[in-house]
Amino acid sequence: MNLLRSRLVQAALILIVSYLIFQFAIRPPAPFSVLSLYMGIVLLAVLVYVSSDSDSWRAFLRPMHATLVDPGKRALRLALMIVIPLLLGYYAYTQAAAKPQAPPELRAVHPAPPDTIQFRGKDFKIAGGDNPLRKDAAAIPKHVAAGGEIYVRNCMYCHGDNLDGKGHFAHGFNPPPANFQDPGTIAMLQEAFLFWRIAKGGPGLPKEATPWNSVMPAWEDRLTEEQIWQVIMYLYDATGQQPRRWETAHGAH
Amino acid sequence: MVGAGLVLAGVALLVTALPAFAQEAAREPAYRNFPWIGSRLAVWAVAQLHLNFAAFILGVPIFAVIIEIIGWRTRDPRYDWLSHEFVKLTFAAFSTTALLGALLLFLFVGYYPKFWTYMTSIFFPTYWVYALLFFAETFTVYLWYYGWDWLSGSRKWIHVSLGVLSNLFGTAILFLANSWVTFMVSPAGVDESGALKGGVWAAINNYAWMPINIHRLIANIVFGGTIAAAYAAFRFLGARTDEERARYDWMGYIGNFVALSAFIVLPFAGYYLGREIYAFNQTMGITMMGGFMSWLWIIQAILIGVLFIGSNYYLWLGMERIPGSERYRKYVPPMLIILAIGFMVWATPRSMVVTLDEARAMGGTHHPILGFLGVMSAKNTAVNLMILTTFLSFVLYRRANRVSQKPWVKTGMAVQWAVIALAAVIVTFYGVYGYFVESLVRIGFSVYQVVAVLAAIVIVMAIDIPMFKGARSTGVIRWGTIAPRSQYVLIILAVTFTWLMGLMGFARSGIRQHWHVYGVLRDTSAEAVTPALGYAANVISVVTLVFFALVMFIFWLGGLSEKGKAGAHGHVAPAIAGGSEDHG
Ligand code: HEC
Repeated sequence: MNLLRSRLVQAALILIVSYLIFQFAIRPPAPFSVLSLYMGIVLLAVLVYVSSDSDSWRAFLRPMHATLVDPGKRALRLALMIVIPLLLGYYAYTQAAAKPQAPPELRAVHPAPPDTIQFRGKDFKIAGGDNPLRKDAAAIPKHVAAGGEIYVRNCMYCHGDNLDGKGHFAHGFNPPPANFQDPGTIAMLQEAFLFWRIAKGGPGLPKEATPWNSVMPAWEDRLTEEQIWQVIMYLYDATGQQPRRWETAHGAH
Repeated sequence: MVGAGLVLAGVALLVTALPAFAQEAAREPAYRNFPWIGSRLAVWAVAQLHLNFAAFILGVPIFAVIIEIIGWRTRDPRYDWLSHEFVKLTFAAFSTTALLGALLLFLFVGYYPKFWTYMTSIFFPTYWVYALLFFAETFTVYLWYYGWDWLSGSRKWIHVSLGVLSNLFGTAILFLANSWVTFMVSPAGVDESGALKGGVWAAINNYAWMPINIHRLIANIVFGGTIAAAYAAFRFLGARTDEERARYDWMGYIGNFVALSAFIVLPFAGYYLGREIYAFNQTMGITMMGGFMSWLWIIQAILIGVLFIGSNYYLWLGMERIPGSERYRKYVPPMLIILAIGFMVWATPRSMVVTLDEARAMGGTHHPILGFLGVMSAKNTAVNLMILTTFLSFVLYRRANRVSQKPWVKTGMAVQWAVIALAAVIVTFYGVYGYFVESLVRIGFSVYQVVAVLAAIVIVMAIDIPMFKGARSTGVIRWGTIAPRSQYVLIILAVTFTWLMGLMGFARSGIRQHWHVYGVLRDTSAEAVTPALGYAANVISVVTLVFFALVMFIFWLGGLSEKGKAGAHGHVAPAIAGGSEDHG
């Protein structure tokens, strides 16, 4: 197979195969933004590969050069002169044409929590705060059970009975409800962070988290302090995750 | 060069006049408005430019003196020439640095009087020290540069000591300036109202101080190396003779080698800095890593990925000028694959840019599979493996034209490969295991990963050096025959690193958000908002362009004087074509 020896063909093959892998082997499909990032890296690597020694670089350029100047390649040249602008035009069209879809969003999913919040009129420390209900180890099962009930009554419709963010209502919302099974949500957050998020919900998110249209309700008027801690304990218990601990700050502030 | 002296005198005068300024300031407005572009942009641009120049003139002498020592001990005139060449570059940039520093000071005094008064109330004693250090530094560098011929021969040791001394002064200056900057990020030693509680030392020795000192020191070496290499590349591309080409090829190689060696440890220093910022204030830590700055780290990852692939590429291209390197060509594709995959992992964002449809298909804001690549465990693993691969590239380059004559070479190589493999296994193991433990434990794992990689580097080199002592050569390095595209790579590396420095400066400054001094002195100006990343990127790009324009101009000026007295000066460049067996 002489064709496979050609550097140009090799480069094209690597690009195509990687594209197919990224496009079809990753399930659910990767977002376009990530796909283009990956393809950009592959392209860079391919260019480095074909040009990392001079023989290969010459071999890579030869067919392109030939296409540009060889008298015998006139037809190909003409074809390319038509096809390439058309492709570019098509690309420009897809970029410019209006889509019935909101543009992609870039949001900070876990913004920095405030140091303290107002909870039912009193100051409540978030930074460094711990779940007071964990002090009494014997009572933990009781709290978890109570939390389970709170969850089913209030949260399940959105966050799902498997805590995977696939509740009945979930499809209507953007951003979708948090998936607590995902190691990137509650597993990397402190319980006090959750307390803040549950008490203040979407409306309580800081400015830096914009554009933010979260439907996560603010629960501070409906659940008591104890109930919020209980449902938090349930979230960790049911998913088998551990809350993140605060680092022992040896610190000034 | 008289300009530098004048500027220094000016700075010193200003510093001595400051208490008077401070009294005045009490009646002054808190802010003034810089015409047209606004005060913040003015300060930002000048500070970044000043920092670029300062990093260059502090970074280059560090390796210049090491190279001088190598030349002195090995009696190889090439190194002495190279060291002189490096110091020449520093020297050319010296007055511009001082000028920009003075300009920055004027901007602070004039446009941020309240802020400056506050900083002075804390740091006034250090201004004196700073001015004195600057004098000392300037004079030693002058002596070092102009005394090159005078202090040669048996007096060379004095000359080398001058180089060391100027580095000590330079580092002290850096540390002092860092204390002001880090105090703004993580103030210490002050009470609620912001007044100094005890001595100024507590304010100097704040949380971020040591980590920034270390981080900047290393980064300055990288930066100096890349700029010097870019300079060499520039000269290489414009060279008319093979001789000249050989010389600048070699200079570029050394510059890149220096940059790469320091660059490999830079991520660790950055990690330490991040840890200390967390320790100082968790909110700030979260803002930095997970909050509005989280995208900044993706851009950083892309830039660093480019730096990694670029410097490896340069090494691979460089192998072409080494007879005997063909043996190692086959390692290039696998190394490239590891680098590319590492790059992808590192650049995978945790929270992705998604459309609603994509978010629905993913079943949440985090991708169920790619999401695993977005967290620290994966990224630390990727970067450690990339470091290991780069190191491997270098080891192969080093032995490209040598065949070891030692009887134990088989065992030696086997052990080396085993050590590298073991380090890779340890890194990967802790990377994967990190997903199964809570985050506090996971953070500890990264230390094991780093230790494994550093240990591997040390062990492999400890075997490599004796193994290739007195090795048979398969041919001399044909300096100057490297493909010209490699030189463009050197230039790209320098630009990328400069841009990266600007970005990190924005991160350091931006985490203070609407504070001049975090938690102590609020920014009450109209420009207190933290700019968006896109805006910051534009500013950084423009400043980077200006920096390179200035640098080209200054180096061109330096070249002019060289033309005038070609040969007359004692530093006729020694012949290099053919090179030596040993480099670096
Ligand atoms: C109306 C739907 C809805 C209900 C009901 C709801 N949530 Fe949410 N929740 C969301 C959405 C949407 C998000 C993701 C956006 C965000 O972070 O604000 C979210 C996010 C969260 C988060 C943040 C997770 C993270 O990783 O940052 C927590 C914690 C949470 N919800 C807990 C609860 C609890 C506990 C309840 C019940 C008391 C509840 N939610 C009820 C919609 C809902």
